[in-house]
Amino acid sequence: MRIKSNLENYFFIMPAVVIFTVFYIIPFLWVAHLSLCDWDGILPTKTFVGLQNFKEIIIQDPSWWQSMWNAGYITLIALTLQNALAFLLALACDREIKMKNFYRVIFFIPPVLSEIVVGMVWRFIINDVDGANMINRGLTAMGFGQFAQSWLNNPKTALTTVALVHSWKGFGWGFLIFLAGLQTIPKELYEAARVDGASAWDYFKRVAIPLMVPVIVLVAILTVLGTMQAFALILGLVGGEFAGHTSVPVLRILAVMRDSSRFGYACAQGIGFGAILVAISFIQYRLSKRYRNA
Amino acid sequence: MKSAIYYRTKKVTLNLLIHLFLLSIAVTCLYPLLWMVASSLKTQEAIFSDLSLIPRQIHFENYYQAVSQSDFGRYFLNSVFYTTSVVFGIVIIASLAAYAFSRLKFPGRNIIFTIFIAAMMIPIPGSFVALFVLLNKLHLRNTPLGYILCMISVGLSMSIFLLKTFFDTMPRELEDAARIDGCSKLGIWRHVALPFAKPAIAVVVVFNALNVWNEYVLALIIFDSKNLMPLQRALMMFRGEFLTNYPLLMAGLTITALPIIIVYLFMQKYIVKGVTSGAIFG
Repeated sequence: MRIKSNLENYFFIMPAVVIFTVFYIIPFLWVAHLSLCDWDGILPTKTFVGLQNFKEIIIQDPSWWQSMWNAGYITLIALTLQNALAFLLALACDREIKMKNFYRVIFFIPPVLSEIVVGMVWRFIINDVDGANMINRGLTAMGFGQFAQSWLNNPKTALTTVALVHSWKGFGWGFLIFLAGLQTIPKELYEAARVDGASAWDYFKRVAIPLMVPVIVLVAILTVLGTMQAFALILGLVGGEFAGHTSVPVLRILAVMRDSSRFGYACAQGIGFGAILVAISFIQYRLSKRYRNA
Repeated sequence: MKSAIYYRTKKVTLNLLIHLFLLSIAVTCLYPLLWMVASSLKTQEAIFSDLSLIPRQIHFENYYQAVSQSDFGRYFLNSVFYTTSVVFGIVIIASLAAYAFSRLKFPGRNIIFTIFIAAMMIPIPGSFVALFVLLNKLHLRNTPLGYILCMISVGLSMSIFLLKTFFDTMPRELEDAARIDGCSKLGIWRHVALPFAKPAIAVVVVFNALNVWNEYVLALIIFDSKNLMPLQRALMMFRGEFLTNYPLLMAGLTITALPIIIVYLFMQKYIVKGVTSGAIFG
């Protein structure tokens, strides 16, 4: 009876466990295994090379580190500019204000669009046709015509342009989470602080920010994980002609796998990159704990 | 003593500045999309000369051409098919598992659930390399089934987590009443748990639908045949061929983006709920 009941209960989780094992756990173990091999993805023979792939990543692969630096730069802009904007907008909406719902709906439109669509639309606006290039037209109209250029083709401006478009696409996430966090702060706290003679700035600095630390950490971790792994936006923006100056780790992994057919090396890059991401989130989490206890 | 008028003016000015700030960002959000739609209704020449958001002459030919000559009708139907299949699969499979994790007892329950949740936290950026190999071995690469199963697996952990949290709040009396009436476990799942979890299922549906519709990298490594490709993949290929036919490209982008915006506008209540539960990130 007991065994029959157990079997019956396993039936409920079976489809999930099977799909998850075949399409998540096995690939995960496979990536780990392949990262120690040299394999072209076609031949039945794999050569076990130990940690050779990882050694190569660390000392012989400048284009990998270039892509890491690029992703780090985009992430830095997302952490500061994008999240600051999100926080300011959330503060502005966390009050009795008309059209609050309208703003909330609009700010989350960019995040629901695909990275490919956003990339292509923005490329059309800022890079492609001189006649329709809005940024250049604006510059020319204001008398700064000499600065007009192909923002994505110029290696000096390409990465920053990518980072700004990424921030445009992403700030809605932070905004919604910050707004939800701010709305959990009891209104009485604000009134009490004002009665005690605190200015809006004092309240912001001494009450709102400290109470928001867990939310800020959550948004920061999500921003790092999301931005470091973003890549389709860059394909949409820069297209097939991308050079090193806008490449990011996931694009490197794709290129190593598809163009050079080095499956083992691509897996090693994936494992190393995943480990770095886990480490960063862990450090952020620990730092926030220390800050809260201090 | 400052007068009431002083405070009133101060408040109105502050509100005005805040609205100005919010409005300017809102315009920045909307403008590129309006520009996309406007450009899709112009001719190639008008794109260079007519810079208004409402074109002087409206041309629907681009849409006609996108659907008839560039096969966007087929890509659109592919995307619809993949999205509905994956979402349907996830709702059934995840709700069965979540119900078991929440209400049924069996050895290993907590360990298996923990593994599902851990998978949600740990990023594996290179997993598509292994999926490519695996699907080749299973002869599922370049097939709709291979893509659908991969995408179900992608959305599974998060959906199980959301639904399990929701089932945990379900009153025991509901189940007991059904059991006394002679309902089997499967019957309780179907007639008690699923109806109870409707709001959570709505969140699961919306988020997975967005995720599948917008997915790119698995579509890139799985599909070789043009006639199986979903919209995102088709757009990249299309741009490779018609790099400078902007009105046509903008029509393709509009066909891809508009359904998702409409779904979002109707379901935004559930999206806000999903985001602010803090659990979901894309």
